[in-house]
Amino acid sequence: MDLVLQLLFTGIGIGSVYALVALGFVLIFRATNVVNFAQGEFSMVAAFLMVVFSLKIGLPYWIAFVLALVCMACLGAVFNLAVYYPLRHRTYLPVIISTIGASIFMANTTLAIHGPEPEVLSGWFDTPGFMLGPVYLDNQYVLIIVVTALLVALQYWFFEHTLLGKKLQATSQDKEMASLLGIPVAVMIMITFVYSAVIGGIAGILVAPVLFVSIGMGATIALKAFAATIIGGFGDVTGAIIGGLALGVIETFGAAYISVPYKDGFAFLVLIAFLIFRPQGIFGERVAEKA
Amino acid sequence: MSTTETSAAGDVRPRLRWGVPAFVLLVLAAMVLAVAVPKTGYILNISLQATTYAIAVLGLTIVLGLCGQINLAQAAFFGLGAYAVGIGQTEYGLNFWVCLPIGTSMAAGFGALLGASTLRLGGHYLAMVTISFQQIVTLVLINWIPVTKGPDGVRAIPRPGFLADGSSYLAFCIAMLAGLGFLVWRLRDTKLGRAMRAVRDNELAAGVAGIDVYRTKVTAFALSAILGGIGGGLFAGGFAYVSPDQFSFAESVVFLTMVLLGGVASPIGAVIGTGLLILIPEWLRFLKSIPGLYLAIYGAAVILIVLFMPDGIWGFLRGQFDRFKRAVLPGRKAATLALSGGGEGTETVMEVRGLSKHFGGLKAVDEVDLTIKRGGVHALIGPNGSGKTTTLNVLSGLYRATAGTIKLNGQDVTDLPPHARTKAGLGRTFQNIRLWRSMTALENVMVGAERPGSTVGNDATAAMARARAALAFVDLEERADEVVANFSYGHQRAVEIARALAGDPVLLLLDEPGAGLNSSEKVELRNLLKRISARGLTILIIDHDMTLVSEVAQQITVLNFGRRIADGYSADVLKHPDVIAAYLGTTPDVPA
Repeated sequence: MDLVLQLLFTGIGIGSVYALVALGFVLIFRATNVVNFAQGEFSMVAAFLMVVFSLKIGLPYWIAFVLALVCMACLGAVFNLAVYYPLRHRTYLPVIISTIGASIFMANTTLAIHGPEPEVLSGWFDTPGFMLGPVYLDNQYVLIIVVTALLVALQYWFFEHTLLGKKLQATSQDKEMASLLGIPVAVMIMITFVYSAVIGGIAGILVAPVLFVSIGMGATIALKAFAATIIGGFGDVTGAIIGGLALGVIETFGAAYISVPYKDGFAFLVLIAFLIFRPQGIFGERVAEKA
Repeated sequence: MSTTETSAAGDVRPRLRWGVPAFVLLVLAAMVLAVAVPKTGYILNISLQATTYAIAVLGLTIVLGLCGQINLAQAAFFGLGAYAVGIGQTEYGLNFWVCLPIGTSMAAGFGALLGASTLRLGGHYLAMVTISFQQIVTLVLINWIPVTKGPDGVRAIPRPGFLADGSSYLAFCIAMLAGLGFLVWRLRDTKLGRAMRAVRDNELAAGVAGIDVYRTKVTAFALSAILGGIGGGLFAGGFAYVSPDQFSFAESVVFLTMVLLGGVASPIGAVIGTGLLILIPEWLRFLKSIPGLYLAIYGAAVILIVLFMPDGIWGFLRGQFDRFKRAVLPGRKAATLALSGGGEGTETVMEVRGLSKHFGGLKAVDEVDLTIKRGGVHALIGPNGSGKTTTLNVLSGLYRATAGTIKLNGQDVTDLPPHARTKAGLGRTFQNIRLWRSMTALENVMVGAERPGSTVGNDATAAMARARAALAFVDLEERADEVVANFSYGHQRAVEIARALAGDPVLLLLDEPGAGLNSSEKVELRNLLKRISARGLTILIIDHDMTLVSEVAQQITVLNFGRRIADGYSADVLKHPDVIAAYLGTTPDVPA
């Protein structure tokens, strides 16, 4: 039982990271109807920026953190201008291919600059963790869970209770109408990309001390976050969060009880099972194109 | 009759007559060169890699180019073929010629399974699922050591005896590439190829034209996997050594870049793209000294190609050629379009009882009854938002009915998908025209003629003759070989009607055919409808233009707020007080 609780805690911790990245997916999908296949690379790049600012340059942790997020915001803007915006009137296929190209470009440019060696990034806290009853709570995992919960709450408030949030929602639901009502759609899409890059970055920096900081981390996280969005119900914010948490838990238990080398495969098996038996996910609805 | 049809086929591809022998000679020359010219092991390896990769890239020409579906696991299918040839020969002592089909079938099986589980959903899912599959295959190749030898890979893979020499094996691979490339090139103009392109250009219209969209996509995906498997099997024989990193996600990306660079639309593009992307990195070997740089450039190239050269190199070159190409004139009269109108049968063509369609709490269509008599024009009218188009969408199967039954020619079609209803004899057009924009008018109409259950069956020549006749019927025969995207709005509408007519439907549904037409186009439309009706084909038309409706329709059903408020002969219905009230808001003092 203790082991189960321990695994549950770890699973929710890692699942929170998937949920954060999934949130980035969902936001961009809702604003542009496009899946950003480079979403995971935002996490990877942010983690490497953190390595550079904190380890190589030696800035204090929080300054490095803020600086990394500022860089992520800029990256999100550049990404929008170079990868999405010129293709906004084309069908989804060129845009998908373009984001895949961007993903490969970001991962391999980082590889070319930094080299293949993974880095170890220390966590926010000096102490590793504490015992709560029978369960050992790693401080970094606690931080991940708390930050995720805060960001989700903040995002809910932002979308439901601010004018900017409402404008973003309007843009995602009907761009033409939003534009006719005087909402600057291009600006709204820009904000979405910047915000998604930043929360992807936060996820990457949070998870960095738990995993190694490596070139491949972006692709792994992105695939699982995407699986999370499908499991939860595509385009649904609550679904992305629940899906992310569920996936983290499934994967942790799978690694503990079934097989460690195939740990990364469980997410995909769950994903394919969902696609076959419940493609609309837990919360999603089937959508049909209008004739 | 048959002679004119043969020359019709000749008109479309006049180059075919000397093209095929020229192609065969070219391939034979390449094979002789491969055997006769002495070359270093390095050149041999590059050539083997280019030929086997090109076969896998041909798979992407089918799935991405023809069918518009993405496959990011081509390296995994390539790997399945390669490992089957490798393990099968070294571990199980099987013959090369046994292993190659085994690997190909494995790739086909996984391809079909993967496609079948995902292709009902949007393209994003397919992209992600293929990446996931790619990752799983890589994991299995690395970790299932007893079978795959893990990261060390499989060594000393033999070639078949008479091809043991590298040069003759290369000649064999060239022959395979040429043969498969030829098949892919031919595929474009087969019934299946047209169906794939229709699915790519507009899925909804493809379903309504009688194409089983899902099956077409799964077929395209499986064919792509098969070509990946064959390429991989040949690759294993060529290099005698396979390891997991040769079949990673990065290689799938390389395959994708190859097809995009060369041009997705043609197998020639696949070969050009593969050749360039294997040669360029060899010329720029210094790039490989910094890990990542080479793939970073690939990534950037993908974005740049999508942005600036969406048709790839071959597409760009073709565009230059086509500017100088003279239009091909048909030169002879097409046959008269035969319309059977479903033949003789009961007096009623369509019988709708208690049809409802609810969207949440909104009753868009509410218990509507509709009886369409054979051989007339029946109009469905009503103010905006009265549920006309929703009714049509439920009738053609795009929406599932909430309640009620629909019988077509006595057959219950209520639960059938759109393509099955088309098979049963339904034809329709859309209010916002849905043609396959990158295809010619003739190809659009041919797909209509090739609907399941039609008289032309799988005979392409008959389908073409029928399509020409249908285009002649709407006075567009001379523009048959032009791409429809260049047509005026009125002509696009006519092509859409011709597409439906070519299928020889029992009942033709027209969704606001007059919308957006100018007055002279409307006159043409009215004459066209009268000519169709004169041939005995039953029409159900929705339109707002009362002049048009009252001139062509014998029967009128009026909807308001999703309910039927009047039904009967035109003259009576148009005088009905409820109808006048629904249109004008009040009961007029003076009777009309």
